[in-house]
Order: sequence, then C-alpha cells, then structure tokens
Amino acid sequence: MKYYDKLIFELSRPGRKGYSLPENPYGPMLLPAGLGRGSKAMLPEVSEPDVVRHYTNLSQMNFGVDTGYYPLGSCTMKYNPKINEEIAAMPAFQGLHPLQDEATVPGVKAVYEGMDKALCAITGMKHFIFTPCAGAHGELTGLMIIREYHRRRGDLARTKIIVPDSAHGTNPASAAVCGLEVVEVRSTENGLVDVADLEKLLGPDIAGIMLTNPNTLGLFEREIGRIAELVHACGGLLYYDGANMNPLLGMVRPGDMDFDVMHLNLHKTFSTPHGGGGPGSGPVGVCAKLAGIADTMQVSGFHGNFGVILRAYAYILSLGREHVKMAGKLSVLNANYIKESLKDCYKLPIGSVCKHEFVFDGLVDDGSATGKAGATTLDVAKRLLDFGFHAPTIYFPLLFHQAMMIEPTETESPETLDAFIEVLRTIAAEAAADPDILHQAPHGTPVSRPDETRAARTPVVKYTPAV
Amino acid sequence: MFQYFPHTGEDIRRMLERIGADSLDALYADVPERFIYRGEYDLPAAMSEQQVRDFFEGLAAKNPKLKVFAGAGAYDHYTPSVIPYITSRSEFLTAYTPYQSEISQGTLRYIFEFQTVVCSLTGMDVSNASMYDGPTAAAEAMRICVSQAKKKNTVLVSATLLPQVLKVMEVYALNAGVRLVRIPAEGGQTSLQALGELIAAGDVAGAVVPSLNRYGIIEDHAGFADALHAAGALLVEYCDPSALAVLKSPAEWGADVAVGDGQPLGIPLCYGGPYVGFMACRQALIRKLPGRIVGETVDKDGKRCYVLTLQAREQHIRREKASSNICSNESLMALWVTVYAALMGPEGLREVNEISYGGAHYLEQQLLATGKFEKVFDAPFLKEFVLKPLVPVEELQQKLLDAGFFGALKTEEGYVSFCVTEKRTRAEIDRMVNVIREGWL
Repeated sequence: MKYYDKLIFELSRPGRKGYSLPENPYGPMLLPAGLGRGSKAMLPEVSEPDVVRHYTNLSQMNFGVDTGYYPLGSCTMKYNPKINEEIAAMPAFQGLHPLQDEATVPGVKAVYEGMDKALCAITGMKHFIFTPCAGAHGELTGLMIIREYHRRRGDLARTKIIVPDSAHGTNPASAAVCGLEVVEVRSTENGLVDVADLEKLLGPDIAGIMLTNPNTLGLFEREIGRIAELVHACGGLLYYDGANMNPLLGMVRPGDMDFDVMHLNLHKTFSTPHGGGGPGSGPVGVCAKLAGIADTMQVSGFHGNFGVILRAYAYILSLGREHVKMAGKLSVLNANYIKESLKDCYKLPIGSVCKHEFVFDGLVDDGSATGKAGATTLDVAKRLLDFGFHAPTIYFPLLFHQAMMIEPTETESPETLDAFIEVLRTIAAEAAADPDILHQAPHGTPVSRPDETRAARTPVVKYTPAV
Repeated sequence: MFQYFPHTGEDIRRMLERIGADSLDALYADVPERFIYRGEYDLPAAMSEQQVRDFFEGLAAKNPKLKVFAGAGAYDHYTPSVIPYITSRSEFLTAYTPYQSEISQGTLRYIFEFQTVVCSLTGMDVSNASMYDGPTAAAEAMRICVSQAKKKNTVLVSATLLPQVLKVMEVYALNAGVRLVRIPAEGGQTSLQALGELIAAGDVAGAVVPSLNRYGIIEDHAGFADALHAAGALLVEYCDPSALAVLKSPAEWGADVAVGDGQPLGIPLCYGGPYVGFMACRQALIRKLPGRIVGETVDKDGKRCYVLTLQAREQHIRREKASSNICSNESLMALWVTVYAALMGPEGLREVNEISYGGAHYLEQQLLATGKFEKVFDAPFLKEFVLKPLVPVEELQQKLLDAGFFGALKTEEGYVSFCVTEKRTRAEIDRMVNVIREGWL
C-alpha cells in the first residue's frame, strides 16, 4: 500500500466540472427573497478523471476481505459473493420507489416473503421484520417490541433489562436508548452466565434478558434451557443478539432455545459486505405471540435496506438446504484449529471447546525478570498489519485485560489459517527477542500509528481551505 | 463441497486431528442434545450461480417499469456512472469499520470528505460519519435536545415533517420517555405563532422543523431560532441536502443541529434503501453527537492521517452511558454521496435544482390547465407540490400506472403530490399530463 495524501477539495479548481446534465428547457429559478442561500456551498470543482483517480488512490490505502484475512472476533468477516452484488445492482430493483403500491412490486414482495420464510427456517422464529438497518438498530427494535408487549399487558413495572458483563457494547447502549435500566449479570470463572447470580436479579421489574449465544468468549451458554425457564417464569422475555449466530448456522436455532425476539446481522452471517461500516441490515425475528407487535414497528423511513436484503437472499439461495449445514461447522472447525495451534504462545484463559471465536489474554509471560510479556495486545495487533493480516478485535470482551478476540469464518482456507498461525508465532518470538519491533509496528503501512490524543484534544473533523 | 468453502475432506480430517476431536459434530459436544437441530431445513435446494441470476431476473421482470413522478422522502435524481464504479471497488466494499487506521486510510479519508460535504451544505461546524437514514437521524436529534436541556423533556415536531419522520420519532420518543408535541401547520407551513405558544407553555428542549416540507413547500423559518434559543431550546432543521445548494442553509436559519437523508444526492431509489442519514451541529454540541466521527491528526512520523475520534461517546467504550447505540452506520453510502458531491460541485447541484424546479412548476401549470385539479397552498415550492384532485384519486393513480407513470401520491388530507427531478424530460411530463387530460373526457 502506498501513501496518497490528497483530499478531493485540494484538487478543486474554479470552473472545472465532473457532471453532464441536459439543458434546462425551462426558465430561471425564482426563489422568493429570504429563502435562497446566502453564500455558495464549498464543494469540489473537479473533472471526472480527477474524481476517478482520487478515489482509486484512496481505495489503495484500504484493506478488505478481498485483500486478506480478518480475524475479527464478533464481526464475522466472511467472503462477500460477487453474484450478490450483481443481483443488488439490477436496474429493475434499483429504480423502484419505496411508496409504490404492493401490486406494482410483486418481485419485491417475493423477496421479502422468501427471506421471512428462510430466516424463520434457519432460526426457528415465527416471523421477521426488515426495517432495522443494522445490528444495534435490530437490538433497539427488539427491545421496543419487548416493552410494547409488557405495555399492552398493562405490566408497566418492567423497566429493567439483564445484560451479561461479557455482552457486546451495543446491548447496554440499545437498552439505554430504549429507556430501560441495565442490570448486569456476572459471568462464572468458566466464562458463562452465573445462573445463581441471575436468579437473584429476577423479579417483577425485569422486562427480559439479552444474550448472545455463543457468548463473546465463543462459549456456548449450556445452561440456556434453565435460563429461559427462569426468565419466563418471572414474566420476562429473552432477546437473542444474533451477532454470534454464524457458528449455529445449520446446527442450532435460537427459537428452539426459547428466545422470544432476536436480530440477525445480514452483513455478518449472511455474507453481505461490511462496506467500511455499513450499510448493514438487522432483521428482527419474533415468536408467534409477538408477530402482531413486530409488524407495527416503523424504525426507519421505508422498508429497511432492501439492497442488502437482496444480497442476503441470493446468498441463502446459493447455499440452499444442502450447504447451510456446513457453514457453522466449518467456522467452528477453523476457530478451534487456531486456538489449539497457538495456545502455547498466547494465554488461553478458558480452554474448553469454542464455537466461532475465542479469546486469548495476550502473550504468555516470557520468563524474564519482570515476569511480563514484552509486548501488549495492541503491539501484537499492530505488528500483524505488517504481515498482511487485519488485527483481531482487541481489548474486548472486558473480562480480560489483554483480550484478543479471534474469529475465522468458514470461508478461510486451512492454508490461510496456517499462515496466520505462523505469523502469530513469529510475532511471539519477536516479542521475546526484540519487543521494540512490536512497539514501533506497523512499519510497512501507508501511515504509522496515529496520534489519537491530538485528534481528540482539538478535533478537526472537516477540511478548511488555507487562506 | 461448496464454492465458498475451501475445505477438502482431507483438510477437515487433519484439522480435527490437531484439535483432538473425532468429528465436526464433536465440536458441538457442549450444546445440549435437545438444542441440536436434527430436522431438514425448510429451505430451497441450492441453486447454481446461473439459476440464482435467472431467479432474480424473473422477479425483477415482474415489477413494471415506471417513470417516477413521486418524492415524499425518496427522490429520483440522476446517478452518474462513476459512482457505482467507485463504490463497488472491493477495497471499499469489503472493508471493515476503520478501527485499524493504518490500513483504513481510504475509508477514513472519504468519511472526512463526507463530513466536510455535510458541513458545507448545512453550514454547520461539525458532522458525524453518517446515520442509518433521515428519520432515524431526526430521532437521534430529538435525543440530543433532551440530553442538552437536562431537565426539560418536551420536543416539538412540525406537523409538516414527512409522515415517516414523525412515525420513527414517535416510537423512539415513546420508549425514551420523551414527550413529542406537534406544531400545527398554517397554510401548509410550520406556524411560528403556534411554535411561540408551545414554547411559552414550558418544558421545551427543542424543535424539529423541515426546511422543505411534506408538501414540497420551502418553509420560512425566520424567528424560529430566536424563539427557541430564548427558552434555552435547540432548533433542529430537517433538510434535503440536494436542495441546500440553493436554499437557505440550517446555519443561516440559526439552527443548532441539521439532519436529513442523503438519498437525494444521487442514491438510487432501490425501494427505500440503503440510503444514508446525516447529522451536523454547532461545535459546542460535538460531544453529544451519536456514532462515529473521523478526525485529522498525524502519525508518529508526522504524516497527515485520519482516525476515528472522540470515541469516548460511543457504545463500545461507554456501553449504557453512550450518546447512542449506533455502531454500523451507512459508510459506503456516505462514499456514494461524497463522490456525487465531488462530480456535481456547486454548479452541478445548482443546475439539478434549477431543472427540477422548472419541471415541477411546468407540471403544476399543465395539471391546473387540465381543470382536474385545484391549487391548495399559495406558497413557494422547489421540486414537489400538492394539488387538490377534482377526480377520484384511486382512478387517477390507476390511469397513471396503466400508462407507465408513478405519481399522484395521496396525502393524509386527500390531496395528491407530484415530484419532478432533472431526470424527467419535458416530453415525459407532457405525456403524463395528456393521460390525465384524456382520462375523463
């Protein structure tokens, strides 16, 4: 990757243009005084080739799934099939107005109905809605459904939601946006929900519990049957955070574990591209008794991210009932393979079989006088970039100080995993021999470690032309 | 095997051996047997790539192709061919959120450019990296009002906001415990007098008003900011960013926060999404912004570079105390509108507005001349307008559909709305008007 240091605004020259519009066949625009803009907006004035070259140069400073392997825990960065892009780009879909009557879009209706049926089959839920635009948006929508359920029963005292201490940050944040008070349930030493602690928290003020299973340590919550009984017995509902659904794909269904509401991240489990942080799609699935409430939830402008839903549907049809059963299993195989191959040089706080991901707690101590490893998790992550790999999710979950959360998906080959393992062993050796290589990493990227303190102290968040 | 799974039988055997497991199923030994799904998944059989393409082409062919004369929050502006070419580059398309800034300078730079475009159009000081869409951005702005005001809990919303904006705000407000109160309209515009009376009633944390409203009217917000600021409340402008190239900006109205949907900046209709919301505000409110923000800094060698900044506001750091729960936003669509803004520049955007304005005013005249409509509001509009139909609305809509046009959206009051963008030619307008003129002879 080479360093390219321009902003589109810096290429601007008065009088250049990059567009081609038809002649205006009408008269001039006559805006009443006082409603027109006072000063012209500062936008670039550039030619079409300027634009194409600029963004092509920017793209070359980026890493993507098509470039290399992402071991990102809880992010499920699997291969994004190209046929899906072709389908989403079909002009016959792109030109449809969202307020068209259903009768004029039978092809769209078939996509939503087909997706509803397929996601119900895969998850064991009874109905899906598609308006949420991302995972966290799905969580919020699911919680709104839970609150509405209690509200309609006149059960207004249920204002608290239980969230494990290992939960994704979006869980407590979504709960807060939904006006719920977050109550944290502890994890046991084995990394699972502490059922005894949970029992103490249950009562008539509990709206429900949010769980991801397997949890963020990649461990299956094997007491889920008991947890569901307890929460239901106290009058609460169970929310399933589908961010970690991938290992269960084709093996286990949240509906069978008695979850009442869940979301899926189509941009994780169902192969749609992450786009540098969206657009995603977070459809919400519910059990039969919540289907009516779910249909009343308008949480975005129209029908959700239809273009993303199309891609996911193409993926499901490509997989079919034959191959869906292998996706989850191979992701679990890949995760356990990496874990077992590296546990001698990285600390494995919980050694049991993992699902799609697992967590190392930094490097094993190097036996030096201080008894500390020579490098931190951040150093290891940054050094990985030099070898052409993305970094894992780091410093999460919060249960371990040097957490490195690693998730390979089923689309990574054993050769890629072997190369990744080899590099992590090399880095561990470097940390013992010459940790400064790690402290200074990365060395071969377009920029080195940024001064984040400076960025936050005096935030510069837009371009201002030099006077 | 399957084309997306690289593992051979031998690979699986070797890997299981390293793990010390007998079979793939053994990797699920920790899952209680009753939760393992042993049934057949009720899914279609796997399709080959050609079958997938044929299937979707079949579905696409079922939707009649219509010339769009409707707006109401989704506008059929032209998409230059450069945009999908750039946004489909896999380095952008398949990238993760740019947390690892050293290998994400491409994404970080275009977000910084997006923030600059949003600030330029709105006139505001700072912008975030994008929201899901316009309506959710408005709902988040409501939360900022309440958070900023501390003890006040009422947010005023104009009755002239798009229906879907009000609906989304209402469900967010219900759960957040915010009291939403409608500011009534007068002559199709947010009433300044009613706003004043509602402010006087007290407890007002802010007001959300549209600069281009549900009837297509360009609203006059003179006096709004003063009235709200005097009561310690915020002014939030909901705007169409394309129109901001020619209309008075939120900053010029004295707004504290500007939100809206970036869709009019060249994003295809695509049955409602993906689009991209935006949110910009005054400098003083920067720490109240939801979601990601990209900032400029230098690397350790002094090179200019970009990072996600002020992350202490966000869910992955602050959990339940975060300014919002938003995580993934609409990054690739932010690139889409940034490339659009770069291609169009100030002059191109002005021309888009001029042609749309010209076409809409021409259509209005022609429709009135058919004698089948009456004017409802005597107010300035840009590219969208409503008329009172003197013929049955459902019949009108059906005649248009039969002739290949989508227009005459019915409003809550029983009026019909039309929208014209630069994509509609004068000949298309004439043809549609003819259908109406000859529809009821």
